[in-house]
Amino acid sequence: MEAEGLSFEEAFGQLEQTVATLEQGDLSLERALALFEEGMRLVGRCNAMLDQAELRIRQLVPSGDGYVLADLE
Amino acid sequence: MEVYTVGALTRYLKELLEVDPLLQDLWVEGEISNFVVSAAGHAYFTLKDASSQLRCALFRSRLAAMGSYRPANGSAVIAHGRLSLYEAQGNYQFYVDLLQPEGVGALHLQFELLRSRLEREGLFDPARKRPLPRFPRRVGVVTSPTGAVLHDIIHVLRRRYPLVELVLAATLVQGDGAAARICEAIRALDEHGGVDLMIVARGGGSLEELWPFNEERVARAIYAAHAPVVAGIGHETDYTIADLVADLRAPTPSAAAELAVPDWRECQAQVAAWQRQMALLAARRCAAGRAGIRHAGGALLRLSPQARIDRRRQQGDDLALRAQARLTHLLAVWRTKVEGRALQLGSLDPNAVLGRGYSICWAGDGVVRSVAQVSPGDAVTVQVSDGKFRTEVVG
Repeated sequence: MEAEGLSFEEAFGQLEQTVATLEQGDLSLERALALFEEGMRLVGRCNAMLDQAELRIRQLVPSGDGYVLADLE
Repeated sequence: MEVYTVGALTRYLKELLEVDPLLQDLWVEGEISNFVVSAAGHAYFTLKDASSQLRCALFRSRLAAMGSYRPANGSAVIAHGRLSLYEAQGNYQFYVDLLQPEGVGALHLQFELLRSRLEREGLFDPARKRPLPRFPRRVGVVTSPTGAVLHDIIHVLRRRYPLVELVLAATLVQGDGAAARICEAIRALDEHGGVDLMIVARGGGSLEELWPFNEERVARAIYAAHAPVVAGIGHETDYTIADLVADLRAPTPSAAAELAVPDWRECQAQVAAWQRQMALLAARRCAAGRAGIRHAGGALLRLSPQARIDRRRQQGDDLALRAQARLTHLLAVWRTKVEGRALQLGSLDPNAVLGRGYSICWAGDGVVRSVAQVSPGDAVTVQVSDGKFRTEVVG
């Protein structure tokens, strides 16, 4: 599973799940270490998104019969 | 000439009253008298002024919907309802569905009437309120494109959860035509905005200024939206119909933005907590692995063939010892038996008999066992314990 390209919600949710699985305890050493590495990748993904986030502001404007999204300001 | 029954006339009059639109959506002001509540819980009273009286009925369910307000004889009130005819008594009667104290403004009366109607219809049902998404990606905002409200919402989202994308659906928020524009903005956001939730917001103002958010069409547009709606209209003390029908009511526009998104600092703290926890769990798992290896080493030693060989060797030694003991025992037994037999043999030895004083008499090669074997003058040999001698039979 590739952490890159996940939305924050997906990365956060998968991280939560990974920690919960690790907590179960009855895992093989290989599985536990693989989960740990996966979890650390997800931590990186979450932190990168939080660090780089910049609010994007757009506006719904009428266009013909419907609407389109346009940048605001 | 046609003659009618009383019943037919009464039904005809009743129909006349009930097809008149004015009489079916009627506001009447007056003073209450003869107010009684029946055993069934319905209220009956008369509204009167200086010149006339009007019989009124207020059914139990509507009475309950009025909340804490309880009319009494002498109260000046404004009532809303419909006029009809009570056939059993031939009276026309005002069926009241809303009763408010006199002096309340017209807008307030309209508000109460709509609130009461939509509540009965289930538009405010708590069971119908939808949960907000935990991590929205795109938040729609229905508000004025100018003014402090949009600015405040942008500020809160930027500070609190900049991961989100804000999509503005600009609208008028007061005055004629505002309600229609608000409905259109909600519908456009819902259908074309791709939003996970929307905020419907307006700054504080008078009841008249907030009025579009008390219109039925806005309530229905909010109710029809697929995305959950957070309402932040006016100040904390302002309650609009839009607030009541929204999935979540926030006291102000800024509060609506706060409620719409999580706080990224809390997210970050949670991620950091999970990171520490995973490191701890991984370390613990490795320690458990090492303990497992030590344990397995011990088990290997216990299970190694050397132990089995040693055990077998000892078993062999044991067997040899037991065999030797057994053999010794058998030898002793046999020795006893042999000695017993030797004694027996000893008692049968002719020499031993000779020792006790017996003798053997030989005639030629044979032992003399009978007197018939010998005659006087025969020479015989006598054997005793220490030798033989010859002698002659004399008789």
